[in-house]
Amino acid sequence: MAKNLFNKVWDLHKVTTLESGQDQLFIGLHMVHEVTSPQAFQMIRERGLTVLYPGRTFATVDHIVPTADQQRPFTDPLAEEMMQAIEKNTAEFGIEFFGLHTDYQGIVHIIGPELGITQPGMTIACGDSHTSTHGAFGAIAFGIGTSQIRDVLATQCMAISRPKVRKINVTGALAEGVYAKDIILKIIADLGVNGGIGYAYEYNGDTIHNLSMEGRMTICNMSIEGGARVGYVNPDEKTVEYLRGRQYAPSGEAFDEAVEFWNSIASGPDAEYDDVFELDATRLEPMVTWGINPGQAIGVSAATPALSALKPEHREVAEKAYAHMDFQEGDPIKGKKINVAFLGSCTNARISDLREAARIIKGKKVHSSVKAFVVPGSKQVAKQAEAEGLPAIYSEAGFQWRGAGCSMCLAMNPDKLQGREICASSSNRNFIGRQGSPTGRTLLMSPAMVAAAAVSGEVVDVREFTREPVTV
Amino acid sequence: MAATNNTAVKTLTGTAIPVRGNDIDTDQIIPARYMKVVTFEGLGQYAFRDVRFAEDGSPKPHPFNEEKYHGASILLVNRNFGCGSSREHAPQALNKAGINAVVGESFAEIFAGNCTAMGIPAIVLSSEDTLQIMDAVEADPTIEITIDLPTTTLTAGSHRYSFTLPPAYLNSLIAGTWDSTSVLLDNLNQIHETAGRLPYVNGFAKGA
Repeated sequence: MAKNLFNKVWDLHKVTTLESGQDQLFIGLHMVHEVTSPQAFQMIRERGLTVLYPGRTFATVDHIVPTADQQRPFTDPLAEEMMQAIEKNTAEFGIEFFGLHTDYQGIVHIIGPELGITQPGMTIACGDSHTSTHGAFGAIAFGIGTSQIRDVLATQCMAISRPKVRKINVTGALAEGVYAKDIILKIIADLGVNGGIGYAYEYNGDTIHNLSMEGRMTICNMSIEGGARVGYVNPDEKTVEYLRGRQYAPSGEAFDEAVEFWNSIASGPDAEYDDVFELDATRLEPMVTWGINPGQAIGVSAATPALSALKPEHREVAEKAYAHMDFQEGDPIKGKKINVAFLGSCTNARISDLREAARIIKGKKVHSSVKAFVVPGSKQVAKQAEAEGLPAIYSEAGFQWRGAGCSMCLAMNPDKLQGREICASSSNRNFIGRQGSPTGRTLLMSPAMVAAAAVSGEVVDVREFTREPVTV
Repeated sequence: MAATNNTAVKTLTGTAIPVRGNDIDTDQIIPARYMKVVTFEGLGQYAFRDVRFAEDGSPKPHPFNEEKYHGASILLVNRNFGCGSSREHAPQALNKAGINAVVGESFAEIFAGNCTAMGIPAIVLSSEDTLQIMDAVEADPTIEITIDLPTTTLTAGSHRYSFTLPPAYLNSLIAGTWDSTSVLLDNLNQIHETAGRLPYVNGFAKGA
């Protein structure tokens, strides 16, 4: 039996086996942001170490940056201090930094791919659990903590045990109004929020390979919500064409050499897996979360589950979810009122997301009881959207158009829910307090569903929504 | 060899504090707004902040607010503890609040890795054993608990339990190599050799 991509890439990057039994794995690309890195740089300094391969680390700012007013110094002195720390750290250690002063700032998992820094066959690490996003290119990408950031800075390596690999085979055509977001929410609902512990997920099948690179990024992004630290898609012709001509991708003859390497690391048809899960995509409908973890998701035409219908181990969290959300068992999810609509995050703030949501809202108005805003994932996404006239469509509909950042996905910046507000969100986590209010509530869904909810003031089925193509 | 935090972690003794519930995520362990800091010092006060205190600052019922658990160094939890964000701020906040070991039914992968990288064992017991220890500690918070890594046994009062820990974590804690920077750097030549055989490091001309 042949090796799958995960094991090929792992073996290529394995430095040695450590006495603990873990492997020492070389990290080909290290991405850094302002929140989880300052303590790591400080530890390096205190130990008299340096950054071993500064050219293999790239940095940006995303979590704390305000999206409304990005003038320096920031109004929040704590945010300003973090900003100054990453400026100092990257300058001192010779690391390329895409700060607010550049054209390339944005959410770390959006800029890596769009600049062509993220490439197939790499090992990638970043102090952020959504690093799995980069797996869409056939890289193996790990979210890490700050002590491991220190390790990667000082040694370009991690000490880590090899996980098992589960192939998630998704087949069949998606119905109109059903997106990558719905596929991953369904996978998490089926396998559970801890179903992926100890596994890397390989997303395969015709449905996955028919998705754009951006759709694949949405899927890989939420691997961690299913407990899997790593998720990836084998590189194919779309991967190659996406990367061709990007700033940091190889060019000329080197590109052809790279493509040869990229093709060589893909899982072949006879590749071996520790487990396989099959999903029929033809039966999927738009998904919406009703609870307090991303596994508590149902199709938009369904009702919230009866506690008695859940597995015993899920009941306690479900009870907590109903209490927090103020929902009842058996409530239809359709028709739930919303106060806020958030289009953004490393899950769904790429250009295709903003185009699709704009298609839904064009010529319509945000419901009078809804505060709606759209936060492009990067300055490059914003620039492309401007070239296509999207900000005007959003503004006319009553959405606020913001600067790039993580925004209300995790609310480490001025964008926060207030009190008991309930938010239709294109982000990745509906944990209690996640969007900045300890009592606030989050309904996760696709960008198109967020757009439809913004206009309707409640959860609606985007498939029943009048759609008109945007002229671009 | 570079300076490290490493000391062997073999036996830990203390009292325990149970925090019941499955799927407790790192946003609950430390809300993101308290991560706007450039050091980990002072994070202890924010451990479980939003489940311990209402927005007006008044305390809510939570084990971390109960006098009887003050001084506890062993945290007892249930399934999939520490899921969600990779923030090391979560185990750092627990550690600064006095926690030196976490005992539960299962842990999210990144959380367990972060704990180990700080020298904090995240040990796994069966559901039945975990609940039994939680019940015992709630009945008598003064029960002394001993976690012995070399024999993978936990003693709570007169009861003994057998626990598991991924072998690599167990080995690195016992050997005192859980702070892996110096261990990794010992293989400097092999690091450069590995880099040298990677086509994208050694070949592929950079783009414009």
